[in-house]
Amino acid sequence: MVNLIWMALLLIGLVFAGINGTMKDVNEAMFQGAKEAVTISIGLISVLVFWLGLMKIAEQSGLLSFFAHLFRPIAKKIFPEVPSDHPALGYILSNMVANMFGLGNAATPLGIKAMEQLNKLNGQKDEPSRSMITFVALNTASVTLIPATVISIRMTYHSASPGEIIGTTFVASLIATISAIMIDRAFYIRRRKKGGM
Amino acid sequence: MYVIQFLSLWLIPMVIACILLHGTYKRVPTYEAFVEGGKEGIQIAFSLIPYLVGMLVAVSVFRASGALDFFISYMKPFIVPLGLPPEVVPLALIRPISGTASLGIVTDLIATYGPDSFIGRLASTIQGSTETTLYVLTVYFGAVGIRKMGDALKVGLLADLISFVVSFFIVLWMFGE
Repeated sequence: MVNLIWMALLLIGLVFAGINGTMKDVNEAMFQGAKEAVTISIGLISVLVFWLGLMKIAEQSGLLSFFAHLFRPIAKKIFPEVPSDHPALGYILSNMVANMFGLGNAATPLGIKAMEQLNKLNGQKDEPSRSMITFVALNTASVTLIPATVISIRMTYHSASPGEIIGTTFVASLIATISAIMIDRAFYIRRRKKGGM
Repeated sequence: MYVIQFLSLWLIPMVIACILLHGTYKRVPTYEAFVEGGKEGIQIAFSLIPYLVGMLVAVSVFRASGALDFFISYMKPFIVPLGLPPEVVPLALIRPISGTASLGIVTDLIATYGPDSFIGRLASTIQGSTETTLYVLTVYFGAVGIRKMGDALKVGLLADLISFVVSFFIVLWMFGE
């Protein structure tokens, strides 16, 4: 699936560049894209080191498993394959909280850590486990309380009320998240019916 | 509004204080644990590079070639009957693929139609309520070295679609046309 999408994006792009005469732009865009990717990755080092360092303390002190414990009633329904009190749940919850408050640079390291833990449970397989798919699906929809970037753009353009879209954003993202959970469940049932993955 | 702004400002410092206090109370060697955990961060960031380079190059080529614009103009007639204003259709289509591109479109829509217009509010809500699905998948699966995405992409894209439709109705309902 990824291979197909990746190849299609590139090949369709190249064919279009030939037809449209945008080959010059495409040449530039290729290396611009590569550069941007490296910039993002390098930029992530600072937040990754900072948050993973802090979370290590929380992990060793037991704060994280306490968090996981609090989250257990809901987590059991959404992530039935993850054992209760597993550190993965602590990371998942912290990731959700960070996302809600628009703290993207804290959410990503916590989410990566959650994926690592889920991957351990998966036995480091090639294919994502059911819980990993659920977790990523939740993150693509993520409940948002404060859309900080959007508010700042609205302020720049002199909105009478920059924060008035907080309510609509919250409701839309909440419904999207609930839908993501349900769609994920439907796909899981379909996979199981097909047998195995 | 102010409560939320206050919270977002104080949340991180309070979380840090809580972790440090609890760690010290439980006799965790805090500094050593921090350094040990931080080392993992460097490795993760570096292992992400190939995944992100692959994905961003493909998206950039698709965009710069004009293919993206072509597909958007081609899909417009199918989406407009749903009631969505045609101005936000490109945003809805780009949002899952590229975060920077969609942010550019939102800024442009807000600048053109005003932040307090229907289109401005709708664009703000769409941008705020969903994540860049392709980026999330690339980073999270890339960080643990999983190349297959399973059903995650389909689930993510369907959830995005629902989010756009819901955004439209919520903005319509809360602010009117």
